[in-house]
Amino acid sequence: MDSSSWLTLTPQEWQAVRLSFVVATRSLLFSLPLAVLLAWLLARGRFLGRSWLDAFVHLPMVLPPVVIGWLLLLLFGVRGPLGSLLQDWFGVRLVFTTNAVVLATVVMSLPLLVRAVRLSLENVDTGLEAAARTLGARPLDRFFTITLPLMTPGILAGAVTAFAAGLGEFGAVITFASNVEGETQTLPLAIYSATQTPGAEATAAKLSLISFVLAITALLLADRLSRRVQRWIGRTA
Amino acid sequence: MSFSVSLQHRFADFELDASFEAPTPGVTVLFGPSGSGKSTILACIAGLLGAQGGRIALEEELLFDRARGVDVAAESRRTAVVFQDARLFPHMSVRNNLRYGERRSRGNDPDRGLEFDAVIDMLGVAHLLDRRPATLSGGERQRVALGRALLARPRLLLMDEPLAALDAPRKQEILPFLERVRDAARVPIIYVTHALDEVDRLADTLVLLHHGRVLATGPLHQLSARTDLAVLSDRRDAGVVLACTIEAHDAALGQTRLRFDGGALTVPAWSGAPGTRIRVRVRARDVAIATSAPAGLSIRNVLPAIVTAITPHGAHEYFVSLRVGDSALTARVSRAAVAELTLSPGRDVWALVKSVALHAARDES
Repeated sequence: MDSSSWLTLTPQEWQAVRLSFVVATRSLLFSLPLAVLLAWLLARGRFLGRSWLDAFVHLPMVLPPVVIGWLLLLLFGVRGPLGSLLQDWFGVRLVFTTNAVVLATVVMSLPLLVRAVRLSLENVDTGLEAAARTLGARPLDRFFTITLPLMTPGILAGAVTAFAAGLGEFGAVITFASNVEGETQTLPLAIYSATQTPGAEATAAKLSLISFVLAITALLLADRLSRRVQRWIGRTA
Repeated sequence: MSFSVSLQHRFADFELDASFEAPTPGVTVLFGPSGSGKSTILACIAGLLGAQGGRIALEEELLFDRARGVDVAAESRRTAVVFQDARLFPHMSVRNNLRYGERRSRGNDPDRGLEFDAVIDMLGVAHLLDRRPATLSGGERQRVALGRALLARPRLLLMDEPLAALDAPRKQEILPFLERVRDAARVPIIYVTHALDEVDRLADTLVLLHHGRVLATGPLHQLSARTDLAVLSDRRDAGVVLACTIEAHDAALGQTRLRFDGGALTVPAWSGAPGTRIRVRVRARDVAIATSAPAGLSIRNVLPAIVTAITPHGAHEYFVSLRVGDSALTARVSRAAVAELTLSPGRDVWALVKSVALHAARDES
């Protein structure tokens, strides 16, 4: 094996890396507001079935990913109840598209994100919100000027971790979106294909190394970011 | 004009059933030991806690009435709170903390309340504006919290033990600011504390609380002269608060002469121009009684008095209530002394005042 192939990526490999980034970014943009809303409901909401919602959100953490993928396929497949709705009303077909990868990634990374956001919400001193109330701040005003800024360290750390996890979602993606080069073949799927192809060990190793570097960078970044923001919002002097 | 509160609320281990009325403007102090329900009452007034029953009305406006289903939201009550722990927003500069309530109160009575510059000047926080709360000292934080509440143009200023978290020197540093706020803002203040020196210095009206009930309520000097209120009379510093005016200074002797309604007191030199109003607490244990005009005494303050009542206090002591001119005094006297001097109501005696506790000048007008 010549040494240059260790440093360069084939267009195919690049495509997988790029797709992984696109998917992780899009799914984060989608799941972040959703996670904030869910975290709020779970931490502060008082409604019947809260513990059911909690369990439901966390299911992807404990179920085999392939089950999640299969359930998504049932729901959003062309003949699925939601899939046919999308098809009939908007002419959108999800299965085997990049959007399907995004959806699977959103579902899989949501528990991680909700946990981080909820933890940061529970750390917000409700006394500060009460103080804002007595100073005339209405609920949404309070949320955006007090609660949300104080949650940012946790949200950012959660977002970076979820992004890193989103780069490598495998089981649910391959089940729901399949392994279509250029369309749904993200980094882990490309690695999987390489391991299934005789003589492609170098590609598998290269892509795995990329995965490893991305993951470790994200985890270190999450930690630094959260500490820096912590300082910025003045929690610590 | 007045402010009236009536609240009923049952907790697992505590029952609140308190009603009082306070004149406005003025400082009404809710005083009582911890667990007496004073902070709970404050939270109900602020709208942060909904009582199971009761009514809260500020002048003409109803803030809360369980029976009629009225419960104005906390954010619309305009009752800014100064909390014990300041609760400054950690992610904002001091300036933005101060502006927080101000921005949200624009359009409310533009002629009422104080301007930003006047407030930062009054509280001495101008040099702190660009700092973050985490870098402030406890006293500075409390001053900023006070300014933030004032700038929200409240109709009622609520203070929940604002000095309790501070050490004694820090407390002395803040008290003058509180007095300035009281005198300048002309907004009714409800002040919660369990420290008697804060009561003496700030209160116009005193509401005495114990186990969730109001024991007594009234002007401070009236309540302080009562001997039947254990919360007050069991204290070492039990005694009467007198409103005095500085009459004259004697620099050579290091003395200041104070005049009160019905007499005069000589105290160690105290700053303040003649005419300045000042409060003193005359502790009952610092007052002795003589049945004839004493001679050859080191005590400088000997006041002619009439015994108005004698109340037992514990097994071996009595509180002897005295009238000096139009003012009241209380003396703590042993049982043996009462018997030996044959004290009884109506008797003319001499009150010997050993010392008094002075509280800084205030404008009683």
